[in-house]
Amino acid sequence: MLATAIIVFREVLEAALIVGIVLAASQGVPSRGFWVGGGIAGGILGAVVVAGFAETLAAAMAGIGQEIFNAAILFAAVAMLGWHNIWMRRHAGELAAAANRLGAAVRAGSQPLWALAFAVGLAVLREGSEVVLFLYGIAAAGEDSAGAMGLGGVLGLAAGVAAGGGIYFGLVHIPMRHLFAVTSWLILLLAAGMASQAAAFLLQADLLPPLGQSLWDTSFVLADQSLTGRVLHVLVGYTAQPAGIQLVFYLATLLIIGSLMRLVGTAPHAVRPSGAAASHRAGLQPGE
Amino acid sequence: MRLALFSAPILALTLSVLVPVAPVQAQDAITIAIRDSQFVPSEVQIPAGKKVELVIKNEQKKAAEFESHSLRREKVIAAGSTASVFVGPLQPGRYEFFDDFHPQTRGFLVVQ
Repeated sequence: MLATAIIVFREVLEAALIVGIVLAASQGVPSRGFWVGGGIAGGILGAVVVAGFAETLAAAMAGIGQEIFNAAILFAAVAMLGWHNIWMRRHAGELAAAANRLGAAVRAGSQPLWALAFAVGLAVLREGSEVVLFLYGIAAAGEDSAGAMGLGGVLGLAAGVAAGGGIYFGLVHIPMRHLFAVTSWLILLLAAGMASQAAAFLLQADLLPPLGQSLWDTSFVLADQSLTGRVLHVLVGYTAQPAGIQLVFYLATLLIIGSLMRLVGTAPHAVRPSGAAASHRAGLQPGE
Repeated sequence: MRLALFSAPILALTLSVLVPVAPVQAQDAITIAIRDSQFVPSEVQIPAGKKVELVIKNEQKKAAEFESHSLRREKVIAAGSTASVFVGPLQPGRYEFFDDFHPQTRGFLVVQ
């Protein structure tokens, strides 16, 4: 039962942390419950379907179907998170100006959330399909009674949700004028970490060269399997022994999304920001 | 502009240092079964500096996830199915792998 709880917790952790950050990033948007809830529900539905086709998927494309699928899901999530950050940067001035007029509650009222909802759905789908396969396996092998398995699953899920809630409530303590700068950075690092993870899958599928099997080894300081290691793996893409190609994808993602954010941020604007709005804009700028 | 002119040879040099020179040899395949929550065999020897295919046969009624932090591999293997995981070329050493869905199920890849 406890073993089940621990494994479910580990699988749920990544998606839960992403949901926590997304909820903080969409603070003040009236429809965020609908979008994020929809992303989670869609992800769970997708997870069950993917788990059902796991064997077909793994055998597809001469045995590398699972790696390609995981990499594609991760790259799609990177694109969604990147798009969100660029949109926020582009409209930061207008959002802040609107907030000055109407108050913080509707600050981000016009912020579209489909990209974040999609990113949440993809994270839930990827991790959720493993939970489904794992729990189905326990049931099929008859290792745990249905009650013990259910309890383990619920405990693991609850612990994961608590971690997501922890990061959310930590973030929303940040004053509104700094919150979006912080979530913007978190989302950028989240995206870079996902790109590095996708590179690892493509490396596993032998589609990319490693460019150095192991650039460094910091497992003696922080092991991948420790709780801190796992949390940092999700948040900033921590890997104790990264391959060269992972670092290339990580830095390229930071550079591409970061420069696009800079580019749209400095482009002429329809709405001129002033006062508090300008400081909000500056806060979102990467590298400052 | 000057930076661009210089960066290409620097990149080429960096890459030539980073990319391990693998000997041109046929790929080897080694079969490992997962049976009754154990890897059979639980220790596998492979030569250093060579790419090797690990054919993992999950003979159980439950799914397994072949995973290794030091090898940077993770692959879900459905109940009763077989999957290939390529490793290497690797430096000599002991690399641990395990079933992430059943962490007591562990094995070692000994590279020499």
